[in-house]
Amino acid sequence: MMIRLVEIKKTYQTSSGPLQVLDSVSVHIKAGEIFGFIGFSGAGKSTLLRCINLLEKPDSGAVFVDGENLTALTKKELLGRRQKIGMVFQHYNLLQNATAFDNAAFPLAIARVPKAERRERVLQSLETVDLSDKAGDYPSKLSGGQKQRVAIARAIVTKPKILLCDEPTSALDPQTTRSILQYLKRINKELGITIVLVTHEMDAVRSICSRVAVMETGRLIETLDMSKELQPPQTGLARFLFASGAGI
Amino acid sequence: MNKIIELLPQIATAFGQTFYMMFFTLTIAALLGIPLGTYLYLIRPGSLMQKPRLYIVLDAMVNIVRSFPFLILLVAIIPFTRFIIGTSLGTTAVIVPLTICATPDFARLIEQVLLEVNRGVIEMAEAAGAGTYQIIWKVLYREARSGMVCSATLICVNFISYSTVAGLVGGGGIGDFAIRYGYYRYQPEVMVFTVILIILLVQAIQTTGRIIAQKLDKRI
Repeated sequence: MMIRLVEIKKTYQTSSGPLQVLDSVSVHIKAGEIFGFIGFSGAGKSTLLRCINLLEKPDSGAVFVDGENLTALTKKELLGRRQKIGMVFQHYNLLQNATAFDNAAFPLAIARVPKAERRERVLQSLETVDLSDKAGDYPSKLSGGQKQRVAIARAIVTKPKILLCDEPTSALDPQTTRSILQYLKRINKELGITIVLVTHEMDAVRSICSRVAVMETGRLIETLDMSKELQPPQTGLARFLFASGAGI
Repeated sequence: MNKIIELLPQIATAFGQTFYMMFFTLTIAALLGIPLGTYLYLIRPGSLMQKPRLYIVLDAMVNIVRSFPFLILLVAIIPFTRFIIGTSLGTTAVIVPLTICATPDFARLIEQVLLEVNRGVIEMAEAAGAGTYQIIWKVLYREARSGMVCSATLICVNFISYSTVAGLVGGGGIGDFAIRYGYYRYQPEVMVFTVILIILLVQAIQTTGRIIAQKLDKRI
């Protein structure tokens, strides 16, 4: 079992009182799969994704990655584990004052990988997303899709076993979305990286996910195996999502 | 015109004093103000190392020092200046109040500039396993560097105005020269000439700052 979330609970204190965003969510994600979380805005899927690398600290519950309980680690140990988990964001989150090369090299600098070793790994990463020719460009010179590909190169440069994707295609047009999803699929296949994908687009789930969890108001209401064509969705929301095709 | 030519050596000396004060004041203010501003940013409520109570205290202290009119600050801290430098008079002595005045200003500007750094990039760094120290050097200062140069430029220009008051305690400098010769000795042409020199100095600082900031900024 690659990732196991157990009874994750999270409540935010807001000005209008406490808001429970995660209500006892438990999930198992297997090594090598592309696992999707889908649901409306505010369903808690991004918060749950952030619980996997503990960017978001659950109020209670445990997060196991490769059999290790991350919630029990010291701050320093946790930073070390995060270096082994890549992450891709909706708004790319690239350093504006760094070239594509330096952006992709960022996690290696953080992990204190020797400079001599960095170059080869960064070039290899950029090659994977077909951006070798843009290595010297600053993000302001890149298109949205290219920025997200730099972000993907950055996320895989440390050769992680897990890649967390938080709405990676939500800011992109349909064509670019397809291309980004294909890169993710290839990374999953060729590098054997387990991918967790949060999205509100059913198309994204259909095209690359092996399984998908449907979330609604902080709860996980149904998990579907996408490889089993005939498995009918049981809940109303899941049926709606699958029927609406184009997404929410 | 002859008067001005006669006074050129004094003008040169005054410029020398201004640069002397400027160098030490700005160096010390940067060495203290940048860490203080960064710390203020880090301990703000909701930030990376939030300490809301300490923030309120430090924030208030910064505001208090910034509220002092420079002339009053200069006089008020005379005992402290004497303790540090050994005298409260002269060009070196005036560096103390100038630094105390510039440091919180610098700190506040740095805090504001850091607040402009995209939260998402900081989250990315956290996800990559960066510690606070790495986030400061590899994310915050990198993304905010052109703004930090603009802040330093602004402090530099403010400094020239403040340093004029330094004359009161024998600090010298170009502003003091303008007042002594131009105003007290009724030599308006000396005053005008000196003011033109100061304008040119400010322009030079501003232009240099702008060029450096533009060079560092890759956002557009």
